[in-house]
Amino acid sequence: MSTFKNLGFLGKCLGVRSYVFQFRFRAKDFPIIPGLIIFLFIFMACFGEFLAPYSATEGNLQDKFLPPFFQANGSMTHPLGTDMMGRDMLSRIMVGARPSFIVVLTVIILGGFGGTALGIISGYKGGTADVVLMRVVDVTIAFPIILAAMLLSVVFGPSIQNVIISISVIIWSRYARVIRGEVLSVKEKDFVSQARVAGCSGLRIMLRHIFPNVVNTMLVMLTLQVGSIIILEASLSFLGAGIPAPTPVWGSMIAKGREYITIAWWIPFFPGFALALVCLSFNILGDWLREAMDPKLRQI
Amino acid sequence: MTVDFLEVKNLKTCFFTRWGTVKAVDGVSFSLKQGETLGLVGESGCGKSITCLSILRLVPQPAGQIVDGQILLEGEDLRKKSEVEMRKVRGAKISMILQDPMSSLNPVFSIGDQLTEAIKIHRDLRGKNMWQRAREVLKMVQIPSPELCLKSWPHQLSGGMRQRVVGAICLSCEPRLLIADEPTTSLDATIQVQYLRLLREIQEKAKLTLIFVTHDFGIVARMCKRVAVMYAGRIVEMADVKKLFDHPAHPYTEALMKAVPKMETKERLATIAGQPPPLWDLPPGCIFAPRCPYVKDECREQYPPTVEIQNGHSLSCWKYF
Repeated sequence: MSTFKNLGFLGKCLGVRSYVFQFRFRAKDFPIIPGLIIFLFIFMACFGEFLAPYSATEGNLQDKFLPPFFQANGSMTHPLGTDMMGRDMLSRIMVGARPSFIVVLTVIILGGFGGTALGIISGYKGGTADVVLMRVVDVTIAFPIILAAMLLSVVFGPSIQNVIISISVIIWSRYARVIRGEVLSVKEKDFVSQARVAGCSGLRIMLRHIFPNVVNTMLVMLTLQVGSIIILEASLSFLGAGIPAPTPVWGSMIAKGREYITIAWWIPFFPGFALALVCLSFNILGDWLREAMDPKLRQI
Repeated sequence: MTVDFLEVKNLKTCFFTRWGTVKAVDGVSFSLKQGETLGLVGESGCGKSITCLSILRLVPQPAGQIVDGQILLEGEDLRKKSEVEMRKVRGAKISMILQDPMSSLNPVFSIGDQLTEAIKIHRDLRGKNMWQRAREVLKMVQIPSPELCLKSWPHQLSGGMRQRVVGAICLSCEPRLLIADEPTTSLDATIQVQYLRLLREIQEKAKLTLIFVTHDFGIVARMCKRVAVMYAGRIVEMADVKKLFDHPAHPYTEALMKAVPKMETKERLATIAGQPPPLWDLPPGCIFAPRCPYVKDECREQYPPTVEIQNGHSLSCWKYF
């Protein structure tokens, strides 16, 4: 079995040498197709601008509503057709990967990790900190995300930062609540007492003993939410509270293309298809990751 | 006369709950010399475990609190230490084996990682030397192939192996005092015997002071030199093992001894009538009075002071006044 486990250095950099960074990538079980799709997605996010055959923001109005290559009138000059402004669909999808990727990545780091950290603190410390944090969570969950985003964009103007802030501000609370529940059961286990008996500090117990026990839940939530984060960003763009035009974004491409679905189905279809593929791939990858990291599911 | 290694004076630990104050440990005093073994016996909920946790200052917060008393380890009062100083005591000077080996190991770490953690915290050993120390400790608890064990995960080991690994973790920094809180309750009889023998060997070799918590008189007889019998948060009788077994003086100890099943008789097993009193609503006077066959009037009025009826045999009962 081909194994390589060179992620150890990552853990050493973070000072947490836990199993998270030691698990073995087993080539046999790795989901190849989803992995490739995600790789392509990230690759486009980094280099899509330079690889796109046409400009993503400027089009030729004479070429508008050109169908994809496999339909009559279609040609390989615009393989996925053009939109209502005569812009090349393929180029727009390639360039549009970047804002989606940036939003997903930063929301996961800010909202996902931040929420998990707060959930662990809340669950482990208990007492006043717990009560205060959980009330804040209640308020945040009760607050409609769209409204928060609209407020932010009205006050500060629509921009990618505001989209990220408003999604993270709402989404952290779900992580905090689920992780807190998980921590409440983990912290009663004897190994936590044993760690305290061995002289571990609270921070060390949270980082080394509790976090690795809840990381599976966090990962599953993260991968499940990649899709909904992209869609949230899309609906914000649709309402005009998201990333402003002319930046190509998958969400607003779908939203704008909706009007033309009867005469040019490819305008909303291709960005939607790309979105669905990426979401599905993240979910499958998340499943694999969870199994690869669980010492009990791993056959040694 | 040398200073006692561990001296607990009038320790009181309470839990403040919505039903009232639960006096889990109510004025426990005992002292131990270096290398001695003390057995703490008593029924469930009599405060054995909380006494041990109090010594480590790990009473469940925020409900539990040590209200009064002194815990002197080599003359130093542990109650006066800060939390940071306490952390240096835990694991390095005092260590504790918990009841359940099945959940005492973190399922997501390999044995090696868990074993070296305590060494990392308390010792300067790193790299090769650290792993060497880990192997030594595993050999000490008689794990057959330490190298393989270091790389395995908790779920791959049997109960007996796991408990030995937990023992190894506790012993890795050479503590002076080891508290074993019913370490054998979840092991089967043959493994129990093996484990106890091992523990005693290690104790003799390392001159460990041992506090052994159990409710099994058989284990007490095998392991301990001195025994303290606890009832409802207090030590009611303390004596050398032989004296206690031959002449149990306190009515509660006497009743407990009678309740040990014997093979040769066909009589019904003796039991102690009634229930231990709820710890948040203790009767005035002697706590055992409601169940005591020798109860007198004064028993219901005041708790009896501790008397020493023989050298090293002390108890609290009005019968001896």
